[in-house]
Amino acid sequence: MTMRGYLRADGRKGIRNQVIVAYLVECAHHVAREIALLDREKAHVIGFPGCFPNPYAQKMMERLCTHPNVGAVLLVSLGCESFNRVQLERVVADSGRPVETLVIQKTGGTKSAIERGRAFVADAVKTLDNTPRAPMDLSDLVIGTVCGGSDGTSGISGNPATGRAFDQLVAAGATCIFEETGELIGCEDIMASRAATPELAIELRASVEKAARYYAELGYGSFASGNADGGLSTIEEKSMGAYAKSGASPISGLIKPGDIPPKGGLYLMDVVPDGPVQFGFPNISDNAEIVEMMASGAHMTIFVTGRGSVVGSAISPVIKVAANPDMYERLHEDMDINAGRIIDGTADLETVGTEIMDLVGQVAAGEPTKSEQLGHQEFILTYKSFEPIGPACLPA
Amino acid sequence: MPDIDPRLIILNDHDTVAVVRCAIDAGEKVQIGDAVVTLMQAVTMGHKLARASMQPGDKVLKYGVPIGSATMAIAVGDHVHLHNMKSDYTPTYALTETGDIA
Repeated sequence: MTMRGYLRADGRKGIRNQVIVAYLVECAHHVAREIALLDREKAHVIGFPGCFPNPYAQKMMERLCTHPNVGAVLLVSLGCESFNRVQLERVVADSGRPVETLVIQKTGGTKSAIERGRAFVADAVKTLDNTPRAPMDLSDLVIGTVCGGSDGTSGISGNPATGRAFDQLVAAGATCIFEETGELIGCEDIMASRAATPELAIELRASVEKAARYYAELGYGSFASGNADGGLSTIEEKSMGAYAKSGASPISGLIKPGDIPPKGGLYLMDVVPDGPVQFGFPNISDNAEIVEMMASGAHMTIFVTGRGSVVGSAISPVIKVAANPDMYERLHEDMDINAGRIIDGTADLETVGTEIMDLVGQVAAGEPTKSEQLGHQEFILTYKSFEPIGPACLPA
Repeated sequence: MPDIDPRLIILNDHDTVAVVRCAIDAGEKVQIGDAVVTLMQAVTMGHKLARASMQPGDKVLKYGVPIGSATMAIAVGDHVHLHNMKSDYTPTYALTETGDIA
């Protein structure tokens, strides 16, 4: 299959062409969901539940609504929330995308709002057919990776196999993002040794030290009970397994959620908030991490799971890699790749890594992943606070 | 160290634990280095067995790096997990089947 991207006004190319229905406070969620049901495949719901303003959430929504996989946007506001819908609409309009804001308090109520929203979506879906297409190759792609429901097999099969795929993607000029600094605790030294510059090495190390402090204050590591059932004993053990997803390429830079990597290469995303601990845990569930990588432009996410996650995502496809043969059997409906063959000895890391790489190309060319076929469109966004990255984070 | 049981994976020569490839029942014999050990308890895939004896405070090595410290004496072949090792960073939280916190 050849890749033909959806060409956007900013020059980026999308691999999907979705209509986004975005609620700007939880109070508008039901209306947004009902509107999107008109076209479950084309219309995806995202949103921010809070009524209090938050610059991080504003930036995330702006980036997500102008993501290359997005062709048109409907904003659904209750009317009295603090989210700056005017600014969000302006950013989307400036990106050349069709956009409309529906304020429920001005439309006559739930029923009228749903009707008007559905009319917009129906029109937008038709308009999307006219989106210009352009040839696309691996160097146009931004790929994120996440592991969730990890166990003692993730770190020796699915994660290092994804690392091999990342090495191939980076070599082909793609932009790859790994993240969850709270799951790199214990890996600071080996990771810093891969930094493109000594100054970046200091930043990488500092991001993990920040995560360790943050989690220590909260009293829990980034470690779920199921991780222990699956044989993982400590956060640093889980970290070493998670770290393997990054492969062996040099690390080109450190970004924060919503920062767009400037060129191809491998980037660490620092997902732990800056400043004093506030708003709770940094990443309350796997989808929060996927959302943050999408905000930085990720066209798709490679998701390695040992215990067996079933999630997908709004906006960008998720490829699910099963880390062990038992879970692959149990959840084969949801798994795209069986890295469990590495555990039972029927395939090696290189073979599975190439399989992942090939699937990335097919999904970019339009082939739906399992979670897309099953209708998964999970999305979550909550409060956070970040300082901008320092000058050493993106060496020239 | 010489031969290793095919049901185990050693990720790094320096490791003091091996990873279990598939479930092994209690009472089964497992070869670890020169020793043949009878498992005292069943272990499931992804769990760890000790390759070396360890004293409290000794670093537990996997992937060639420390993944925590032993909290009691560990013999070759012992299941190495929450009951006999701990994180050197943040404590591990785990629920049991009955809903209790381990």
